[in-house]
Amino acid sequence: MLEASNLECVRGDRRLFAGVGFRVEGGEMLFLQGRNGSGKTTLLRMICGLTHPVAGEIRWKGEEIHRLGEEFREELCYLGHLNAIKEELTPLENLSASARLAGETLSEDETLDALEAVGLLGREDLACKYLSQGQKRRVALARLVHEKRALWVLDEPFVALDVAAVGWLAGLIGAHLQRGGMAVLTTHQAVDIPAGTVRELKLS
Amino acid sequence: MIGMIVAITARDLKLAMRRQADIVSVLFFFIIVASLFPLGIGPEPQLLKKLAPGVLWVGALLATMLSLPRLFADDYRDGTLEQLVLAPQPLGLTVIGKVIAHWLVSGLPLALLAPVLGIQFDLEMDALFILTVSLLIGTPALSGIGAIGAALTLGLRGGGVLVSLLVLPLYIPVLIFGAGAVDATVTGMGAEAHLSILGALAIAGVFFAPWATAAALRISLE
Repeated sequence: MLEASNLECVRGDRRLFAGVGFRVEGGEMLFLQGRNGSGKTTLLRMICGLTHPVAGEIRWKGEEIHRLGEEFREELCYLGHLNAIKEELTPLENLSASARLAGETLSEDETLDALEAVGLLGREDLACKYLSQGQKRRVALARLVHEKRALWVLDEPFVALDVAAVGWLAGLIGAHLQRGGMAVLTTHQAVDIPAGTVRELKLS
Repeated sequence: MIGMIVAITARDLKLAMRRQADIVSVLFFFIIVASLFPLGIGPEPQLLKKLAPGVLWVGALLATMLSLPRLFADDYRDGTLEQLVLAPQPLGLTVIGKVIAHWLVSGLPLALLAPVLGIQFDLEMDALFILTVSLLIGTPALSGIGAIGAALTLGLRGGGVLVSLLVLPLYIPVLIFGAGAVDATVTGMGAEAHLSILGALAIAGVFFAPWATAAALRISLE
């Protein structure tokens, strides 16, 4: 359903990769590997449509993603290595604000439920600037708990998480794949995703 | 669609309320700039009255400038901007929401403060009224046009100075017709013509400039 062919990326005057192609169907996960600076984040941003490839194209259900525009973005959930949370807002406010900006509405119960899942219940009314790095990451990840969009693009989702949280997130991604969702992610940690088919793509 | 704009504006207003220092510093800048002129020029009511429209308008313009770099910088730094760009609605609407919020925390308080400062310049009642009205109509245009500059300079070092260089020339029409409206009232001519043109500029600034801003944001994020 998500396909890419012949992608080429140039940063400055250096060619990071060329001729990259892949295909991800419902229930499958694409696991991007490569050393630092090999262009993993750039490839993820290309998949989202934030960066344009120099050559090649990315298709969603057979159509080029930039031509689809909003139709594609409606089914895309992107989690970059920046948390996209506001330090001045509380986790509760952050979560409902980001849901509203994505065009969804979360009830207060659902929001609290998501915060409980990431272990932040009891801190939902504390401004995010008082939280630790790992807790801020958890606020960002809480978005995924009620996320029903088909394609998840996750950039290093396991960074700054403790062992228990890594297991929880792997389970969440597994459940998403089981529902027929797709995921593309990068990580430097070895993580077992409990369900779904894992494809690997190595950038060198 | 309207709901989306409201959601963005509400979020930005909430953030602004938690960082009131930003709003207050812009207002104090305006107060100080406008107060320096009477102190520097001396107590000559006739001269001050002549200078008032231009000085107050330039002060409001510079104060707006001062708040522009923050318009997208925080969202850019913490990754929210990527999410806004990827949200399933036209980016132009998101920008309109942000421009409205920017006007509510900078343009609106500046316009409400201006008549108080106008008293220092010995302006008449009707001139003070037109000054407020012209700022109320003109500052949305400043926010809207300024957003283009803020978006283009996103992530650049020394972006603040660049914003001024890019945006100040574009502010010239707003300045001419804004200060002109007050001037016309002081000299006894009607201000309607000036205000109508200001209104047209404001509509262009709020509803058309955001689409240029959206394109600039996409370029900055690439």
